[in-house]
Amino acid sequence: MPVREIAGVQVDFDAEGFMTNPDQWNEEIAKVLAAEEGISQLTEGHWQVIHFIREDYKEKGQAPTIRRMNKVGNIATKDLYEWFPKGPAKKAARIAGLGKPQGCV
Amino acid sequence: MANQIEKVSIIISRGSLEGVYPGLIMANGARMEGIEATLFFTFFGLDAIMKKRVNKLKVATIGNPAMHMPSLLGVLPGMSAMATWMMKKQMDKIDIPPVDEFLEMIKDAGAHLYACKATVDMFGLTMDDFVPQVDEIINVGKFYELSAGAQIIFT
Repeated sequence: MPVREIAGVQVDFDAEGFMTNPDQWNEEIAKVLAAEEGISQLTEGHWQVIHFIREDYKEKGQAPTIRRMNKVGNIATKDLYEWFPKGPAKKAARIAGLGKPQGCV
Repeated sequence: MANQIEKVSIIISRGSLEGVYPGLIMANGARMEGIEATLFFTFFGLDAIMKKRVNKLKVATIGNPAMHMPSLLGVLPGMSAMATWMMKKQMDKIDIPPVDEFLEMIKDAGAHLYACKATVDMFGLTMDDFVPQVDEIINVGKFYELSAGAQIIFT
């Protein structure tokens, strides 16, 4: 398991670059991971998504689907694709310090 | 990355619930992976994008060995309705939306939806018969044009 030091924290990752311990996450880490995904600036919209999926993860034990982000998190699918281009569910989960989403939708 | 799939064109040719969902799931899944996706509805697949029928698609209970029941039972009244109800319930459990909502989600995800001109002419339909997510009625030639560089998947 690769360990990287980001913003002064030792962070555990899996082989695909997803964090394995969501408790190690903080907003500074999110900014670094976002930059790695090609998102140079996290806007209010990005944070809304990140905070929602972290909350939902705490409750459900898995990262939410895009439908759930829409229905429960009130996040428009169009916005999601705009804010996290080329793979919104995966990118948002990675930036939020969660594992890779396992669902098909 | 080399050899990564960058574009898919998915043809939906059947009008049963189990005939329509796989193509929709694959199109949505493509967009989720950042892959361009085009959906082409042809023949009975058009039912999936017709306002009148989009939410009335049924599971076929006869001529389907995977239903694991004798075809004779499949013809009984209510069998298809029951199988349809069961499938919809299971789908909802794993967060797969009803067809109309799924089309909206796929469209919002940036995919394009087209209706096959030959079938539209055969059934005497117009754009007014279709849900608003349908971009255009196109012929086969245009479909191939739009599919340049794509993997074509027939369902």
